[in-house]
Amino acid sequence: MSGRGSPQSLLRRALGRQLVWGIVAIAALLALSLSRDPGYLAISVNPANGNLVGNLLDILRAAAPLLMIAVGSCLVIATGGIDLSVGSVMVVSGAVSMEFLRIAADSTSPSPALTAVALALALSTALGVVNGVLVAFVGLQPFITTLVTLLAGRGLAKVITSGQNTTAINDPFRWIANGYVVGFPVVVLIAAIVVAVMAVVVRRTALGLMIESIGINAEASRLAGIRQRGLLITVYAISGVLAGVAGLFAVSSVMTVDVSRTGAQLEMDAILAVVIGGTSLAGGKFSIGGAVVGALLIATLDKTVVFLGVPSSATPAFKAVVIIILCLVQSDRIRGYVSTRRRVAARGRAVPVRLGLMADETKRERAS
Amino acid sequence: MSEAAPVVEMTDISVEFPGVKALDDVHFRMFPGEVHALMGENGAGKSTLIKALTGVYPIDAGTIVVAGSERRFRGTADAEEAGIATVYQEVSLCPNLTIGENLMLGHEVRGPLGINWRATNAAAAEMLAKLGLEGLDPRKPLASISLGVQQLVAIARAMVIDPRVLVLDEPTSSLDANEVETLFAIMRRLRDQGVAILFVSHFLGQVFAISDRVTVLRNGRRVGEHLTRELDRATLISEMIGKDLELLESLGSASMEHAEEHPAEAFLVATGLGRKGSIDPTDVELPRGAVIGFAGLLGSGRTELARLLCGADKADAGRVSIKGEEVALSSPVAALGRRIAYSTENRRDEGTIGDLTVRENIILAVQAKRGWLRPLSRAEQDQIVDKYMKAFDIRPADPELLIKNLSGGNQQKVLLGRWLATDPELLILDEPTRGIDVGAKAEIQEAVVDLAQGGVTTVFISSELDEVVRLCERIIVLRDHQKIAEITNGPEVTTQTIIDVIADHGTDRDADPSAPTEATSS
Repeated sequence: MSGRGSPQSLLRRALGRQLVWGIVAIAALLALSLSRDPGYLAISVNPANGNLVGNLLDILRAAAPLLMIAVGSCLVIATGGIDLSVGSVMVVSGAVSMEFLRIAADSTSPSPALTAVALALALSTALGVVNGVLVAFVGLQPFITTLVTLLAGRGLAKVITSGQNTTAINDPFRWIANGYVVGFPVVVLIAAIVVAVMAVVVRRTALGLMIESIGINAEASRLAGIRQRGLLITVYAISGVLAGVAGLFAVSSVMTVDVSRTGAQLEMDAILAVVIGGTSLAGGKFSIGGAVVGALLIATLDKTVVFLGVPSSATPAFKAVVIIILCLVQSDRIRGYVSTRRRVAARGRAVPVRLGLMADETKRERAS
Repeated sequence: MSEAAPVVEMTDISVEFPGVKALDDVHFRMFPGEVHALMGENGAGKSTLIKALTGVYPIDAGTIVVAGSERRFRGTADAEEAGIATVYQEVSLCPNLTIGENLMLGHEVRGPLGINWRATNAAAAEMLAKLGLEGLDPRKPLASISLGVQQLVAIARAMVIDPRVLVLDEPTSSLDANEVETLFAIMRRLRDQGVAILFVSHFLGQVFAISDRVTVLRNGRRVGEHLTRELDRATLISEMIGKDLELLESLGSASMEHAEEHPAEAFLVATGLGRKGSIDPTDVELPRGAVIGFAGLLGSGRTELARLLCGADKADAGRVSIKGEEVALSSPVAALGRRIAYSTENRRDEGTIGDLTVRENIILAVQAKRGWLRPLSRAEQDQIVDKYMKAFDIRPADPELLIKNLSGGNQQKVLLGRWLATDPELLILDEPTRGIDVGAKAEIQEAVVDLAQGGVTTVFISSELDEVVRLCERIIVLRDHQKIAEITNGPEVTTQTIIDVIADHGTDRDADPSAPTEATSS
């Protein structure tokens, strides 16, 4: 998995991009599972309805909510901010849709489902806008602002459902998480479309450029005439609406909103996904592709932990170890240290195999 | 002031940063019982020298001798141990603690039951009394006293270790006239107690009022050490600025000829434009297509005035009208909308977006004007980028390089391209030639002349007065946050003319602090 045999220069260039390490980690985890069960990666067609089934699809399905909030967080983090409220926005979105469907008490028609979706997304966007206004106009620190929304959001969800874990029945709504289109789970398709649309919006308009500009040097951006306030509100609103979509994904699979657990602590997974994808918490350059890889890695990790039968009490520790290893591998300082050590070792022992590597490193040094 | 035994002797000090020699064989000495002023423009090496002396930066070559024994500082603690105390420009105290706690932090008087607060406060009161600050109650929170008095407390805190040398880095920048007087009284008192005081200030008047000896740095080298009483202002200023006469004499005549041609119609008129603490109310008139210089030393108000004109800072007094129409320049967005572009003196912090490419840096302001929903197509971007990369010969000629990997001169040219791409009617260039090589300087000056001929009004700010004299038709001279004169350029105007204006104004300023004089020669 370490790719020791491949041409060094190509590998080196690739390793400069952090998201490659995320892909390597996903592959490693899948390989680990594969070694336990040779049929782990198989995807088969369910003869009864033509739907695709398999562990990979399960991972994608489980990753869908995280993908949404990771993309939103990625943009917020790129501006130099952070959005801790995404998990709470998820539960608000879930609560309002479930509550509406419960009251509508119509288990088959699509119109209440559409209204529920619209309500949930409107409320999520509003919460995002509140975050944005507090950050951009009031000048509160993003951490504090979204921490407040994190607490308030879950409170709001409890108010909406009167503290109950509301359950509702509506088949079109349930289809979001459990339906299939041409053999693929709907939720995976929606997630893919949303990610694709976001990628296009960010890179085909000047939004991405301006987000990065603010994140790298806010004062220079201000002097260049960038309207930071509008931009910040837009970005927090995007994060809000994407968290709303994630909330819909989360509740539609079980048609229940668990006001204390839906979306709980997912903001941490979202931040992790963004960081694994190579976006610095200091803001600036961001990679939506990286955030996607990060989200997929975390979903794969969750699945692997269950599959390997790691005791549930040890699960967080296992996750932590994998993520720490990944962060160490990505860290420039550690990489620099390791390559120096290797160079010293190579010089000392003059192992022929190392020579190619040495020449290559010297070239890189000269080039930089 | 015995000449025999300096308390600090720094010999052949060199400090290098990647690509820059910040200090080059600098010799610096201080005697006990004197106030020693360290003078120089931005980038002259003042802060580096102070940081070498206080152990913040390690020195690459040279020796530091304190009170007869050679020292090797590995950190600020080593310097403190040698008896060198420092008060930085920004007050670095804790506003939520009391005056006494701030003073004695780390030096509290301890008894068998931990800190003895009564004794600690008594010691603090004694410390304050030594400086003539008996009026301060050490039990009061620091936040309850003004910033100026806090500065005095910071000095008292530095005196707790009973230092031989006290370093005051721009202690007066946030003080009013009375507070400056109190500070000077304290400095004299400490000086008479035998403390050597290193004093950094951009206010010439203060330097002449308080210091006994002056060391001048320029471009990382020491250009002179003088006894203040044997030094006149003009000499000091010309030493600080230096003379750099090798460049582009022809440009001067070109801009001068041009000056005759253009009509005196005003593009922008500002009346009483000011902002508390940065620039006193000032009248400015910028004729269309003219090159106007803002001359003055660092901290004179030249940048502050420019920042008001471009919306970077909000004015709290005065009016601005553009082409006869009164406007509010409340933000850079508003100013850019009025086709006013400002190129900052602080390229790294306020100019370039380091991790973006040259292309992105050039199109940024244009794109910001259009908003993010209407992106420039790649073809439009390439057209703009191509135009300015060719016009200014930006190297390397690869628009996809990150701007932070370019040299200073090329970064400056990229920024010039960014502002010109917005098609400005008024372009304010603050120190566009700072820290860049001679060739790039010439190219940028050439660009300024071309712009003026194309009808763009340009404000040109530079510490290098000969640049200002060469390029500008009119020169607004500033000192101590005031406009003190407006000079119409002509054959008999030289850098010396400006130096004299700055220096002379200082002498009669104490007598008559109001009423800026109108010096005109042509």
